[in-house]
Amino acid sequence: MTVGLALRDQRAELTIFRTRLTVAGLLALAAFGVLVARFAWLQVVQREHYHTLAEANRISVVPVVPNRGLILDRNGEVLAANYSAYTLEVTPSRVGNVELAIDELAQVIEVSPRDRRRFRRLQEESKNFESLPIRTRLTEEEVARFAVNRWRFPGFEIKARLFRSYPHGDIASHAVGYIGRINEADVRRIESAGLAANYKGTDHIGKLGIEGAYERELHGTTGSEQVEIDAGGRAIRSLSRAEPQSGNNLVVTLDVKLQRVAEEAFQDYRGALVALDPRTGDVLALVSRPGFDPNLFVDGIDPANWDALNNSPDRPLNNRALRGQYPPGSTIKPFMALAALAYGKRTPEFTISDPGHWTLPGVSRPFRDWKAGGHGLVNLHKSIVVSCDTYYYGLANDLGVDAIHRFMTQLGFGSRTGIDIDGELSGLQPSTDWKWQRFRQKWYAGDTISVGIGQGYWLATPLQLAAATATLANGGVPVHPRLVRAVQDARTQEIRELPVRNGPPLDFRPEHLELVKAAMIDVTRPGGTAVRAAQGAPYLVAGKTGTAQVVGMKAGEKYDEKKVRERHRDHALFIAYAPADDPRIALALLVENGGHGGSTAAPIAREVLDFHLLGKRPERRQALGDEEAEGD
Amino acid sequence: MISRLFDMVSRRIDGPLMVALVLTLALGLTVVYSASGGASFDRVLGQARNIAVAGAALWVVANIPPQALMRLAVPIYAAGLVLLVAVALFGEVRNGARRWINLGFTTVQPSEIMKIAVPLVLAWYFHRHQEGIELRDYAVAALLLALPVGLVVRQPDLGTALLIFASGFFVIFLAGLSWKILAGLFAAGLASLPFLWGMLHDYQRRRVLTLLDPTEDPLGAGYHIIQSTIAIGSGGVLGKGWLNGTQAQLDFVPERSTDFILAVYGEEFGLAGNLLLIVLYILIVSRGLMIAANASTTFARLMAGAVTLTFFTYAFVNMGMVSGILPVVGVPLPLVSYGGTALLSMLAGFGILMSISTHKQLVSS
Repeated sequence: MTVGLALRDQRAELTIFRTRLTVAGLLALAAFGVLVARFAWLQVVQREHYHTLAEANRISVVPVVPNRGLILDRNGEVLAANYSAYTLEVTPSRVGNVELAIDELAQVIEVSPRDRRRFRRLQEESKNFESLPIRTRLTEEEVARFAVNRWRFPGFEIKARLFRSYPHGDIASHAVGYIGRINEADVRRIESAGLAANYKGTDHIGKLGIEGAYERELHGTTGSEQVEIDAGGRAIRSLSRAEPQSGNNLVVTLDVKLQRVAEEAFQDYRGALVALDPRTGDVLALVSRPGFDPNLFVDGIDPANWDALNNSPDRPLNNRALRGQYPPGSTIKPFMALAALAYGKRTPEFTISDPGHWTLPGVSRPFRDWKAGGHGLVNLHKSIVVSCDTYYYGLANDLGVDAIHRFMTQLGFGSRTGIDIDGELSGLQPSTDWKWQRFRQKWYAGDTISVGIGQGYWLATPLQLAAATATLANGGVPVHPRLVRAVQDARTQEIRELPVRNGPPLDFRPEHLELVKAAMIDVTRPGGTAVRAAQGAPYLVAGKTGTAQVVGMKAGEKYDEKKVRERHRDHALFIAYAPADDPRIALALLVENGGHGGSTAAPIAREVLDFHLLGKRPERRQALGDEEAEGD
Repeated sequence: MISRLFDMVSRRIDGPLMVALVLTLALGLTVVYSASGGASFDRVLGQARNIAVAGAALWVVANIPPQALMRLAVPIYAAGLVLLVAVALFGEVRNGARRWINLGFTTVQPSEIMKIAVPLVLAWYFHRHQEGIELRDYAVAALLLALPVGLVVRQPDLGTALLIFASGFFVIFLAGLSWKILAGLFAAGLASLPFLWGMLHDYQRRRVLTLLDPTEDPLGAGYHIIQSTIAIGSGGVLGKGWLNGTQAQLDFVPERSTDFILAVYGEEFGLAGNLLLIVLYILIVSRGLMIAANASTTFARLMAGAVTLTFFTYAFVNMGMVSGILPVVGVPLPLVSYGGTALLSMLAGFGILMSISTHKQLVSS
């Protein structure tokens, strides 16, 4: 019985299945019928129409590339501009033997070996059907001479194009950045951002700095033009045109005159400087020395220049201001003093007697002060003025590394400042957790002692130091450094100010800030370590020097600077803000292998402060690091 | 000796189906050659290698009896689902979509596995409950289908999700879900269109809008459709001849060896060529439906029907998209487009069909 039922069920199921299958088959057949009808429509009825479109390739949609926005400094000085020039371009796929054709071309207009090398490099990087420049910036005469001989060079074309130029050359090169030809990685980025259509016809893109980070503002919207073209590919007439929308102009926070003063103040030294407006976080100057000429990148850099930049031991392409991670040295002593007061570990009156070294209980080797024999009686004020290491050895031990970490993190150490260009590194604010996670090692009390004078594991970028200094200067409001302060709409010319993004104020007690400030002012007065930063200045400077060791020294070892080769000399650091009673500029700078902060770094700061506050350079330009300076 | 070897190799091969497949694949190779510019054999050799690998998979699958395939259904489905979840969690992002997973030695696209795994598991499920399929069973089936489809939609990969959905839906349809419910679902689907529209990504919406008016965005999404319809239309009745398509050879047709290969084919071989290809597809689909109709178990019937109809869906969606009557979704032209992954899952599917067609005598006896 059950078997019979199952059989009947099965037969019923089979009937249903076959009906369904038939229905599906008929639907499929109908669908194929629709396709046949569509093909018949396209290929029989509409054939003539499509034939015209394809065969003569009569109508073609040509993208019209927008003008790139300009980059202006805070005073309206142009940092990146466009100019129109003729280029001679080749589409390799349309030329049989490119090398031969270029040899022939060289008889008509000049083609230098550098042009050839650059062209070969471009060819390696691009597809064969792309149009590549062989010569840029042709003169009117050259254009005319080529035009006469045009028939000899199929696949070569004269084009009028807009070029980017950076009138200030290597000044502010790391901040402004540069544009370069779109490479495959850029294409992938553009495509995944869904911007492929807007980049049709564009062959340059911002690569670095402001040019890279604000690409979307600067690029603009591509227009399009329907043109009728003849068999030779030349446009006969325009049928319709959608105008492109130029990119927006950017007003940046830099003062390019100040920037130039700062860069020149470094003379031949390597290093970095960041100057901020402590009220807004505006970056007034951002120096990384040596710089490079961004104009080299615009038409595609030639291999010789590229190798020179890339392989130089001075590493000019590295943006030291954002990416250089250095031990901050004694420049962090004002922040350490503030931590001591905030956490109640020191009173202003607390005084030590400094014998010139400090010993961790239970450890035999002493930690030495930079000054043999010590500084005598030292309280908080004097500890900053004379940069007493011994005072901070003991303080660091009392605070412990995690309290230091907690305090310094709120000042921005150990994390990116969030400046509005790419590539920034985060430095390192060590803690017990960090050491465990990084090395699976426990934190030793001895590790804390060197952190107390900004050495050991502690690393900071010049940008971080500048931001922390600005925070100190403005009474505890964390600033977010920014390079672009306004966007000017290309169409309406309207200027849209970007918001200042200061953080919520830190709860520093005014009397604590006042104590630290008073000490930092005395740093730049006779008896302090940075007299040269303020000698004869009509405004008050608050500052602090620092020295970062390049070669690790063993505890208890004394070293003689003269014997150490130049590359192994210490880095000189200096932080400052001025006028101390109403700060309008805060800066941090580092001179690689500069020796002492007081003798090498402070004079550079002085030039920058004078120019920003007084509009002039100091009367007598001082040579850097010339005198045998006392100090750290 | 040779005849015994031939017998061993061809024992599980369905003759008529194999002939149609080989003809289509051969046609595909000639178009791939043309689509790669007609100057080098690199792509053709690459595609030949893809065919060899996929053909081997077909032979291996064809030699697995349907009962054994049925036992594999759940493990394959489960593995596929785990991989899909893994993709969602740690997948690699390429071109803005999270579709691939790195297994250390190779990267795979688990959504491809689901094209086979979904019909397998659904056919298995209905086979187990064949004594009386109730509404509850359809609900379970719908869930088994919705899980992978949802995960693939989120990647996002609308084309593959559509094909997986189709493959599973065909099983449910063939299993006999009542017409009333089907009509209800259809109505519900129509009603929820505005809602689905809101869930689409911007680029997906653009593609649908572009279909309505390609000239709206002539440099962007509209470019593909404009150029491919020009290519096909200008081909005329007999085509411009092999390697002579101006649209294709001058680089007007984008993705011309993969998703848009029909534009190259239609331009160079004309309406005649298109009809030939459609006839080949109809032959393959008819043979598949015949195998399904004559299969001896519920599992075999459902599986054979679903594989065949999914193949049809591939062909229809791709041809519709390239000729401008369906929105652009990433679906290759089956057996013709350059590419290994889709070919592998497709020929493995035909392996199942052949297994079903050649093992049924054993089952009935």
